[in-house]
Amino acid sequence: MQALEIAAEAARLRAGFEAEGAQVVDADILLSADTLLDLYGEDIRARAYLTTDPFGGEMVLRPDFTVPVVEQHMQSHADPARYTYAGKVFRKQEDDPDRAHEYTQVGFEVFDGQDPAGADASVFAAISKALDGLPVTPVTGDIGILMAAVRGLRTSDTRKAALMRHLWRPRKFRALLDRFGGRTDVPPSRVALLAQADPLADVGQVVGLRSRTEIEARIAALRADAATDPISNEEMALIDAILSLRETAPNVLSALRDIAVDLPAIGGAVQAMAVRLDALGARGVDVDTLAFEGSYGRTSLEYYDGFVFGFTAAAPDLPAVATGGRYDALTAQLGDGHAVPAVGGVIRPDLVLQLRGTV
Amino acid sequence: MLKLGVPSKGRLMDKTFDWFGQRGITLRKSGSDREYAGAVDGIEGVELVLLSAGEVPRELAAGRIHLGVTGSDLVREKLALWDSQVQEVAPMGFGGADLIIAVPQTWVDVDTLDDLDAAGAAFRAAHGHRLRIATKYHRLVREFLKAEGVADYRLVDSQGATEGTVKNETAEAIADITSTGETLRANGLKILSDGLIHASQATLFRGRRSGWTKAQRATLKELQEMLGV
Repeated sequence: MQALEIAAEAARLRAGFEAEGAQVVDADILLSADTLLDLYGEDIRARAYLTTDPFGGEMVLRPDFTVPVVEQHMQSHADPARYTYAGKVFRKQEDDPDRAHEYTQVGFEVFDGQDPAGADASVFAAISKALDGLPVTPVTGDIGILMAAVRGLRTSDTRKAALMRHLWRPRKFRALLDRFGGRTDVPPSRVALLAQADPLADVGQVVGLRSRTEIEARIAALRADAATDPISNEEMALIDAILSLRETAPNVLSALRDIAVDLPAIGGAVQAMAVRLDALGARGVDVDTLAFEGSYGRTSLEYYDGFVFGFTAAAPDLPAVATGGRYDALTAQLGDGHAVPAVGGVIRPDLVLQLRGTV
Repeated sequence: MLKLGVPSKGRLMDKTFDWFGQRGITLRKSGSDREYAGAVDGIEGVELVLLSAGEVPRELAAGRIHLGVTGSDLVREKLALWDSQVQEVAPMGFGGADLIIAVPQTWVDVDTLDDLDAAGAAFRAAHGHRLRIATKYHRLVREFLKAEGVADYRLVDSQGATEGTVKNETAEAIADITSTGETLRANGLKILSDGLIHASQATLFRGRRSGWTKAQRATLKELQEMLGV
């Protein structure tokens, strides 16, 4: 496909977001890798192109705009603020050489602490409008509901923290849940360790940076965990019910209200979803047919912690044409604890053109 | 000509020569002992290319050699989606070594990857940086830990004497090749009970690059019959 056509489509899409009141911003292509390495760890090396600068240390070819745009916003602190951008992003494709490793993204990011539901709805509606007439179907989800459910479990804070830490790794999350629910056996080595009065008694000089105190602290944590009751079957079933929701948004909402009777901790998040659906409806989104999936957006390396959405085409091999979501926690991490509620989404103009060819 | 790449020195070369020799194909260095030129007897149409075991994966993927002997660990480390680029013809039964994750023996609370992950989270909170794992097998270790759900670690490159990095406080754990575990124990390290990343051995690979001539295909068939693979 012609690069110029893609650039023209990107400009058209960005102008659409400008019409929604967004200010045009740009970001460097070559970024310091420190922030991304700190956020994502080694996994980023499998997903982004890293290189080294003789003086600047490790650098990365921009894998998305969100992180640099958040960093820019954190200097201005305007609230509310709306931004749009268009430019290339670069992604390593270690698992599939046929996927694009550089492509254009057009984004729309809204920082709004006053009206989060309205911000969610305006981002979704703006992207939906930009894709109007294309054969794409939206899917939505809400990571915030799962997070509220985990926080509301009747179990130790340590277990909740472990589950929260692996919320975006579905397999590991499941393994932890099964262990905390007493559905899998405790590893024999841990049983043997906890059977000893003082496991460190025969250990001499501790080698390396991890100190004896740290080892003692973890043994104490393991003892406390062994004494913690398993998460009840009832609560396990509620988490499963949330994760397996796959229905229209209004049906999901009523199912969640039922779940909230037994798991009152999700009440606030469910109410927030209801307000969001109203806000979406007020912006002309057909809420009654809008798909909602309880597990949507739980892939690793994403930073979404609330509303999430994607627009996919029927073609099975085509990546999502647009994706987005709320990332409040990311702004807290990048703003040294100073969080700004933020939501955004991106469109791939190359895929828009491809689909328009098939319309 | 069908180009066969073989490690150019050491035990891996000797054992490879023996392996082919037992199957009626003589591989040898043609010139002086220091010269990297080879000869093949017992089959027509095969050319011996002597090169570093670490370069065999790349040369196979590029199609500059057609067959190659190297460690299965090196192929997996150096080639993305390795089995789309090369194909295993025969495991050769020598050069066995395990790529494993090891931690200090004094970490009595860490025996599984799950323990490593939990210890990593606490370590990061206490020290302000991620728990460091020294290795030269970046791809294999990263993919393994991702699949096993271990987070909050960082790989630091170590091209040799990796077992010493923990004592030197440049890493908290290591991922390295071991055959007997002797060096690990001597350096106060232990292998995680589920920390086997890959059991490696010397393996004969063929490249999947297309464009082989009819003659090359015929030679491969004849070679495979002689080798019984």
